[in-house]
Amino acid sequence: MAEYTLTTPLTDVDTIQLKAGDVVFLNGIIYSARDAAHKKLFELLDSGKELPFDLEGSAIYYVGPSPAPPGRPIGSAGPTTSYRMDSFAPRLHSLGMKASIGKGKRSDEVKAAMKEFKGVYFGATGGAGALLSNSIVESTVIAFDELGPEAVRAMKVKDFPLLVINDCHGGELYVKPKLDTAE
Amino acid sequence: MKEIQVMDVMEAVGKMCIKANTELPQDVRNKLEQAMAEETSSSAKEVLRQLLENADLAMETKLPLCQDCGLAVFFVEVGDDIKVVGGNLREAINEGVRKGYAEGYLRKSACDPLTRVNTGDGTPAVVHFDLVPGDKLKIVFMPKGGGAENMSRVTMLAPAQGWEGIKNFVINRVAEAGPNPCPPTVIGIGIGGTFEHSAKLAKKSLMRNLEDTHSDPEIAAREKELEEALNALGIGPMGLGGKTTVLGVKINMEPCHLASLPLAVNVQCHSQRHEEVVL
Ligand code: SF4
Repeated sequence: MAEYTLTTPLTDVDTIQLKAGDVVFLNGIIYSARDAAHKKLFELLDSGKELPFDLEGSAIYYVGPSPAPPGRPIGSAGPTTSYRMDSFAPRLHSLGMKASIGKGKRSDEVKAAMKEFKGVYFGATGGAGALLSNSIVESTVIAFDELGPEAVRAMKVKDFPLLVINDCHGGELYVKPKLDTAE
Repeated sequence: MKEIQVMDVMEAVGKMCIKANTELPQDVRNKLEQAMAEETSSSAKEVLRQLLENADLAMETKLPLCQDCGLAVFFVEVGDDIKVVGGNLREAINEGVRKGYAEGYLRKSACDPLTRVNTGDGTPAVVHFDLVPGDKLKIVFMPKGGGAENMSRVTMLAPAQGWEGIKNFVINRVAEAGPNPCPPTVIGIGIGGTFEHSAKLAKKSLMRNLEDTHSDPEIAAREKELEEALNALGIGPMGLGGKTTVLGVKINMEPCHLASLPLAVNVQCHSQRHEEVVL
């Protein structure tokens, strides 16, 4: 399993080399968006309006951070469960999104979209929100402020620690539960 | 009649909200350390190492352990010989939640189910009251995260399905949930009662100390049997494989109707935050 240091915006060259199990330290700007923000992004797309950020080469982080206490750029900021964004991810991949960051399983449709558009799904450690916030050096709300924790933020990350869960070659890191030994 | 001021309740609840969200309880820490010693896979060890480092950092910085500071769930035991004065007990608990979640920079995650508009202050809390003998007010608090809660289920089994049916359902639920609820998880199981009561039993079982043993040896043996079966699934920390899929299994059982076998599986993540105070 290899280790990479990558910077957004990501390109096909960046993502094609990645294999499930690789460790990636991500740098640059990533965008936070979870349930409510995805809904709003799709309303913009459907009405032909411009999105608050450029999807080309983007990495979307499924996160709703806790409020920033004084002296810190952000509060705790670990991943939320990704399947709730499965209905949105394929279209975003088709429009240029390169990576999503979350925790938990993705649907077959999302995996197919990653294959087709050379995308990648990164896992961050769920429930390690305090630790992960150390790799976020700046955070600015850029859209949907009214959504509070669910607003879209531009986050500047420094060596954000990620694992490749699904690569664009069909590889997956999550293990299949051994039902035969358990029962 | 012992009098308890609502102001004292509010203060205590506010403090509990902050403490529970920023300090990983010792029982959970011990279990994570034990798991780290037993795991042989490097990815499992690395996840557990990060979780312990996260707990240290949260303690030091007062950042919440997890950005999901949960929906505030309380089990409150009200002694027969106390009188709450100066206001309403439920309102005092909600006021404590407002205060704690604001002052602790905790994420407010309560929203309207349909419009999804955030209530803005972390309330209303889910409060379960119980009347008990004595002159104490015991408040147990758990910030319940959405990721693990979403993996929970209630089912009405046929009585003939018995223990085997229960075991199968629990194993399949945990297998199906896979990496989603932030394993290693704690599985709270409510058996019996009615449809809604089984869920409450399951939730309440999660308030137990992770390192305790059930007082009934027969149930304790079933908890162990299930724990072993679930760990044999090999899902491991964060679903990356390993020996530790669950940190514990807790069963809470009560009699039920002749025709029913209600079963509730409440999934809780490794961020098994809980606090209690007695006034
Ligand atoms: S499941 Fe638990 S640890 Fe994971 S994100 Fe939710 S609250 Fe945090």
